[in-house]
Amino acid sequence: MSLLKVTNLVVSYGGIEALKGISFEVEQGQIVTLIGANGAGKSTTLRTISGLVRPRDGRVYFEGRDITDYGTQKIVETGIAMVPEGRRVFSNLTVLENLRIGAYLRRDKDVIEQDIEYVYDLFPRLRERSWQLAGTLSGGEQQMLAVGRAIMTRPKMIMMDEPSLGLAPLVVKDIFTIIKTLKSTGMTVLLIEQNANAALHACDYAYVLETGRITMSGTGEELLASSAIQKAYLGERAK
Amino acid sequence: MWNTIFPYLLSGVSVGGQYALIAIGYTMVYGILRLINFAHGDVFMVAGIVMVYIAASGLPLWVCIPAVLLITAAVGFIIERVAYKPLRSAPRMSAMISAIGVSYTLQNLVLYITGGLNKQYPTIPGISNSIQIGGATTKVVTVITPVLVILLVAALVTLINKTKIGMAMRAVSKDFETAQLMGIKINSVISTTFVIGSFLAGVGSVLYFTNYPTVIQTSGAMPGLKAFVAAVFGGIGSIPGAVIGAFIIGIMENIIKGLDVILFKAGVIAKPLGLAIFSDAFTFALLIVILVVKPTGLFGEKTTDKV
Repeated sequence: MSLLKVTNLVVSYGGIEALKGISFEVEQGQIVTLIGANGAGKSTTLRTISGLVRPRDGRVYFEGRDITDYGTQKIVETGIAMVPEGRRVFSNLTVLENLRIGAYLRRDKDVIEQDIEYVYDLFPRLRERSWQLAGTLSGGEQQMLAVGRAIMTRPKMIMMDEPSLGLAPLVVKDIFTIIKTLKSTGMTVLLIEQNANAALHACDYAYVLETGRITMSGTGEELLASSAIQKAYLGERAK
Repeated sequence: MWNTIFPYLLSGVSVGGQYALIAIGYTMVYGILRLINFAHGDVFMVAGIVMVYIAASGLPLWVCIPAVLLITAAVGFIIERVAYKPLRSAPRMSAMISAIGVSYTLQNLVLYITGGLNKQYPTIPGISNSIQIGGATTKVVTVITPVLVILLVAALVTLINKTKIGMAMRAVSKDFETAQLMGIKINSVISTTFVIGSFLAGVGSVLYFTNYPTVIQTSGAMPGLKAFVAAVFGGIGSIPGAVIGAFIIGIMENIIKGLDVILFKAGVIAKPLGLAIFSDAFTFALLIVILVVKPTGLFGEKTTDKV
């Protein structure tokens, strides 16, 4: 049984269908990516799964449970964390407070402290900046913090919305290292990316989203090898 | 010279403290909802009216005052649920118009209940008594107010900076959606804000109306407006700003009220100029100057975001 199963999801904003019935699955412990151009419906998909947007039709199952009608809070409790587009760290809170707020729903005080240490071990730079306001961090550091904050919810799956957006190429490399690290700890990751090349190299399985429909799917290697994908998303190779 | 100024300074600090307790409600609600809650001054007035009726029932004061505070907090909670929550995703202007509607509703409700008569505010033993301080005669409330304000503000700042709900309030004020993604129930955080703001307005009302013989349905308008100016002056959204702004306005107003006497005794003027009538005008002139010169106020939102 897959961890996340989305069936025939339809979402519309004011009469315009952003998602026209998409279905996909995410297996436990894998990195699954949705790639596609601007406006293909990638963000809408994640926002619907996390309960911020209500679908008009279709169902979302997590660990076999139907979570379609859950509120955002309950979805977080169920084990789905989101790293939103643009990082959206709380710039008026310190780094440490940003991590603590990730654990907002948790009552296990001792384990929270351990998890903070775990995040700090994962991202030593955050430990150095523990008392700084998150707004003073660099883009890459903010991304680490956003991931750390998601880890603090103790999720079973982390969804990432364009984690590489607006970051320098070197930092983008770091981000993908982080994603692979997460996988090595057994975490399941649902990743949205415009940087199709990097995403396809990092993922176990990928879906291609085009104007609200899934047009293709396969393993990262399969899609990288596909001429249609190369043309549309990867650009012509230099000869 | 000092003996002439001191009594005005004293009542300025006291009135400033009362404005501060109202201004905190404006600034906190703005901080979270970006809404100017125009009904806040009327919540303050309702607290006064509730006190009149509860005290008339013959209950002892140690029951009346907590009851007033509790009811005022409940009024704030209900207003938010009924008038603002349904408009959460509507344009900001809609909520503001709703706030104006609530303001008139409260005033007219009180008009209906009281029949538009001035209601005599009960005398509160202890704080209504006169005392001598620094050669000036004043009511005990004048001295108690600044002390109480400082204690309440210290408690509030601790709540916001050191507790979990305070952290949630700061997060919600920054970003609704991401706060939701952390599992924060934004509606309960917003309700908490209204409850705290109304509670403080209730405290302010007990202190404020003790200085006045009566309460009427429009009694909240002027102190409400002054507190609003204080919040803007301090930088709306900032709690320390609102408190400092309120003290400055309270002190300046009262100094202006006594300016004739002060200048006369200092020998600057030979006859009274009637400057006292400008004390209200000063506050609103100040508002205009701030909006022109520094719209973000003394401690307006500083942005730490890197561009």
